[in-house]
Amino acid sequence: MFMSNFKLCFVFAAMAAFAGAASAQDIGRPITEADVAPWDISVAPDGDTLPAGSGDVQTGAELYAAQCAVCHGETGAEGPADQLVGGVGTLASDAPLKTVGSFWPYATTTFDYVRRAMPYFAPGSLSDDDAYAITAYVLHLNGVVGEGATLDANSLQAITMPNAQGFIDMYASDRE
Amino acid sequence: MTKRNEPRDYAAGGGLLNRRVLLGAGMAFSAASATGAAAARLEIPEWSQYPGLPMSEYGQPSPHEGHVKRRVLGLYPEGIGDGAGVSFTPLEELEGTVTPNGLFFERHHSGIPEIDPERHELVVHGMVKQPLVFTVGELLSLPKVSRLAFLECAGNSLFNSLAEPQQRSAGEIHGLIGAAEWTGVLLSDVLDLAGVDPSASWVLAEGADAAKQSRSIPLSKVMGGDAMIALYQNGERLRPEQGYPMRLVLPGWQGSMQTKWLRRVKVTDGPTHTKDETSKYSLLQKDGKAQQFTFEMGVKSVITRPSPGVAPTRPGLYQVSGLAWSGAGRVSRVEVSADGGASWADAMLDGPALPKMLTRFRLPWNWDGAPSVLMSRAVDETGAVQPSRAEWYEPWAPGQLYHQNAIQAWALSVNGEVSNVYV
Ligand code: HEC
Repeated sequence: MFMSNFKLCFVFAAMAAFAGAASAQDIGRPITEADVAPWDISVAPDGDTLPAGSGDVQTGAELYAAQCAVCHGETGAEGPADQLVGGVGTLASDAPLKTVGSFWPYATTTFDYVRRAMPYFAPGSLSDDDAYAITAYVLHLNGVVGEGATLDANSLQAITMPNAQGFIDMYASDRE
Repeated sequence: MTKRNEPRDYAAGGGLLNRRVLLGAGMAFSAASATGAAAARLEIPEWSQYPGLPMSEYGQPSPHEGHVKRRVLGLYPEGIGDGAGVSFTPLEELEGTVTPNGLFFERHHSGIPEIDPERHELVVHGMVKQPLVFTVGELLSLPKVSRLAFLECAGNSLFNSLAEPQQRSAGEIHGLIGAAEWTGVLLSDVLDLAGVDPSASWVLAEGADAAKQSRSIPLSKVMGGDAMIALYQNGERLRPEQGYPMRLVLPGWQGSMQTKWLRRVKVTDGPTHTKDETSKYSLLQKDGKAQQFTFEMGVKSVITRPSPGVAPTRPGLYQVSGLAWSGAGRVSRVEVSADGGASWADAMLDGPALPKMLTRFRLPWNWDGAPSVLMSRAVDETGAVQPSRAEWYEPWAPGQLYHQNAIQAWALSVNGEVSNVYV
């Protein structure tokens, strides 16, 4: 604690010296979390930052056919881009196939990634409702949720993925 | 008296010489000087006969070096993932340890954003006292530090995880690595300005590219004193493909965490489990479990000379040269074998081996013209030894390619052709 305070003082002093008239308080503009919201798109497994809204498998199927199938295939298994569906039970075999269904440990990651980065040429274009619907559909194709499922913040966060127990945290084990 | 072409100071089999032997000291470099053929009378070339080109605002390599290029490899068919791919540093064409900026490898997941530095902002928020937004100008005005560090993609050397050895150059196999002098602001200084909550343990770093590439980083590394928001690379501002106007540099850790085009650092109490730390950049074992959060790059070396396309043209003295590095710290030793691993000799390390930086090694070799297999094996200051390919592969599932740090073997044929072999 002493060290970090000391270091902070040093930074402030050094900054004042470097920036001339400007005081340390002038470096960095204060912002509220509400104003960060448009950029705060990361969703951790606790689901805390999942947005309001919802989407169902049927809507997701239509959106997927229109916006995703061209690269990931009709059923998510044909490519040419990364295979999203299939491979459950193959991880310990001679031909492991890693997909959302067989490999990804958290459903929140699917929502996070699809909303942030897909479709590839128009990332960020999906509404929150659309992102829930497409996530529901991709998870349905993988047998994780039923045909009639609707996902929202609560139901998405509550999903246990097939490979949830499949990861070894090497950073934590290194520090034990 | 020792005959000119018979150096006696052998250090290992296959003609490796004691590292103290100076090339040329009492030995012939080439058949020409050995045979003593007379050189022709010297000519005065035309470029010495009139004034040359004027000054220029930004220098370029000689046009005769135009073949020294990154090798670009897209990972998807056209129209599917344009801008998602890699380009390799041509290691076999370079010397020393610092990678020229224009030849530094690339890995992008969604192309290179064309960022206007006047409009780019970095936000620090989450578990902090006061969320803050910084302009590029503000970061430039903070106290800076410089350090030399290598930066290696976790997928480097991926071709050597394939069942059959691929015939590619050293750079096309191992060139998802570069090293530079990075200058910027300590990430801990910037976080201190916002005031990190004592119960925080991780951050999420995110880029401003189309994929908003994002990775979780433990706070211990972030605050540990070597994590930097880099603004300059080798003295000049970052190139767009290296993250202009700002990127993270996390010395010794895998490249994909060293977020380019950095726009956001969110302080959190756990990892976010992003796509690129679950689906990708996790290491699938044979038993179907995957290792996650394997951040540090292992101890590794590769001979760049000779290597495919770069080889002795005739038997005789040759300087073997290569690169070694470790994400854990300094390289303490590099051994070289010219007989496929039967015997080893210590190479010379150029200069002081800096921690988490490329180290150049060299060893004189008297090639007798017979088929040879050259290998290098690095050891770092923690005692970690670079594994053989079989040792490296032992725990992994088929297709697992990340953190490939196995010993590279190059086979040299009688006619001086070098090929990639698995031993
Ligand atoms: C133009 C082609 C294209 C379209 C359309 C597209 N994707 Fe992708 N997708 C890609 C590429 C390329 C990648 C790999 C990106 C990378 O390298 O990080 C990818 C990656 C993914 C991944 C991660 C796969 C993995 O295992 O890591 C998911 C999930 C995904 N896309 C879902 C979608 C969804 C859902 C849609 C529709 C909203 C969609 N994609 C539309 C090209 C596309």
